[in-house]
Amino acid sequence: MDINDLRGISTAFLFVAFIGLVIWAYSSKQKKEFDEAANLPFADDVPSQGGKKEGTDQ
Amino acid sequence: MSELNAALEHPVYNYKVVRQFAIMTVVWGIVGMFVGVYIAAELVWPALNLGLPWTSFGRLRPLHTNAVIFAFGGCALFATSYYVVQRTTQARLISDKLAAFTFWGWQAVIVLAAITLPLGYTSSKEYAELEWPIDILITIVWVSYAVVFFGTLVKRKTSHIYVANWFFGAFIVTVAVLHLLNSAALPVGMTLKSYSAYAGTVDAMVQWWYGHNAVGFFLTAGFLGMMYYFVPKQAERPVYSYRLSIVHFWALVSVYIWAGPHHLHYTTLPDWAQSLGMVMSLILLAPSWGGMINGIMTLSGAWHKLRHDPILRFMVVSLSFYGMSTFEGPMMSIKTVNSLSHYTDWTIGHVHSGALGWVAMISIGCLYHLIPKLYGKEEMYSTNLINVHFWMSTIGTVLYIAALWVNGIMQGLMWRAYNQDGTLTYAFVESVVASYPGWIVRVLGGAIFLGGMLIMAYNVFMTIRKEAPAAAPAAAAA
Repeated sequence: MDINDLRGISTAFLFVAFIGLVIWAYSSKQKKEFDEAANLPFADDVPSQGGKKEGTDQ
Repeated sequence: MSELNAALEHPVYNYKVVRQFAIMTVVWGIVGMFVGVYIAAELVWPALNLGLPWTSFGRLRPLHTNAVIFAFGGCALFATSYYVVQRTTQARLISDKLAAFTFWGWQAVIVLAAITLPLGYTSSKEYAELEWPIDILITIVWVSYAVVFFGTLVKRKTSHIYVANWFFGAFIVTVAVLHLLNSAALPVGMTLKSYSAYAGTVDAMVQWWYGHNAVGFFLTAGFLGMMYYFVPKQAERPVYSYRLSIVHFWALVSVYIWAGPHHLHYTTLPDWAQSLGMVMSLILLAPSWGGMINGIMTLSGAWHKLRHDPILRFMVVSLSFYGMSTFEGPMMSIKTVNSLSHYTDWTIGHVHSGALGWVAMISIGCLYHLIPKLYGKEEMYSTNLINVHFWMSTIGTVLYIAALWVNGIMQGLMWRAYNQDGTLTYAFVESVVASYPGWIVRVLGGAIFLGGMLIMAYNVFMTIRKEAPAAAPAAAAA
């Protein structure tokens, strides 16, 4: 086994990892979590400081 | 003034450092772009170098690139990353003092660059010209930046880490690695002179591994972080596909790092490395366009907003330029195309399609969103002036890149033209003479873009000034 086998294995590993990532990201299990995450930019627009003014926010 | 500052302070977040970086983004943008227009004019009217070494093209050109990339782009990245990481984690920056250090440290780096580069101190590495003591200062500031950013992520009050922070995080980590490895050098005594730790072809490969990833991580990943926060905010709807954003992130960061060799086609770099760089650059089209589509499609169902919101227009047009230049880039990395385009003005046009069209326009759009929020205002002083700025930026960019497309292809064709007896058809100087009209249009385009930045500075100044009377009732209400 030489360095080229290692290179081949690492390429195969990255390919499998990428396919796995796509399957994971597009599985319906993640949908709820991702919807929550996607709304994070808006999560702190609502005053959440117990009536404290949200300073410079809209 | 201290009362005013107190009124501006956010109860949770550190907005002070964001305000400082946001203002300096505008200032350095004007300085850096002015130097750019000036050296573009030197190409047309060489007498503008005044016959002085300090104002010659060779010394001012690295000043221009460092100022627009690291001063303008850098300040924009600091401002937006500090803002976004706080707003999406609902936590204050981990240390106000360290954040302030990153601001003053970064400004010191910029000032030192502005002094040493015209004096002729350079390591001669493109986009990494600064000599070793400044490199050490950059390293200290950058590590502090990483501590502030990741420390804030660690103490976040939300369970998720929003995707924009992933891009900012990748940008911070990768730039640290790139800077350390590429700037490794041996100083000569205690002078501002050093020699690279690498030699020959290896030095060239390390340089372009750095150079292309400065594009990929400084000028792309960081600004994609901006895109993933500010486009949804301005469009008032979540990103088109969060799933796509995850695939986008991992694909982009794992492919970009391999594309560097396309800067060294037909050199002494081994052929296999050139071909690898070309193939990886072609693959890069997929994640680049995935991200662009994700940004633009965020507007689906809200296209009407483009009609009256010039800030959103800035963002969408910047994404269009991003799509254009990330199509052009892979195409130019193909060896046969590169044999025509390399060393011509086409390359510079391509860079500016990305730098003006994408990096500057997304930053400008984000700043117009950010500045009223940082200063407790409803909106910018004048929406009409934002619209004027938008059209000046767009027209300036189009003039610039079209002129250099024409110039670049013409130069490439002239340089490769042979007579039947095997001699060159044109002397090099003939291609220089033929380039003058394009260079004049380039100066014009750049000047229009710079003019837009001056309008922005006025608009920002009036917005900040205007808030003085308005801040009093806001403070009373709080």
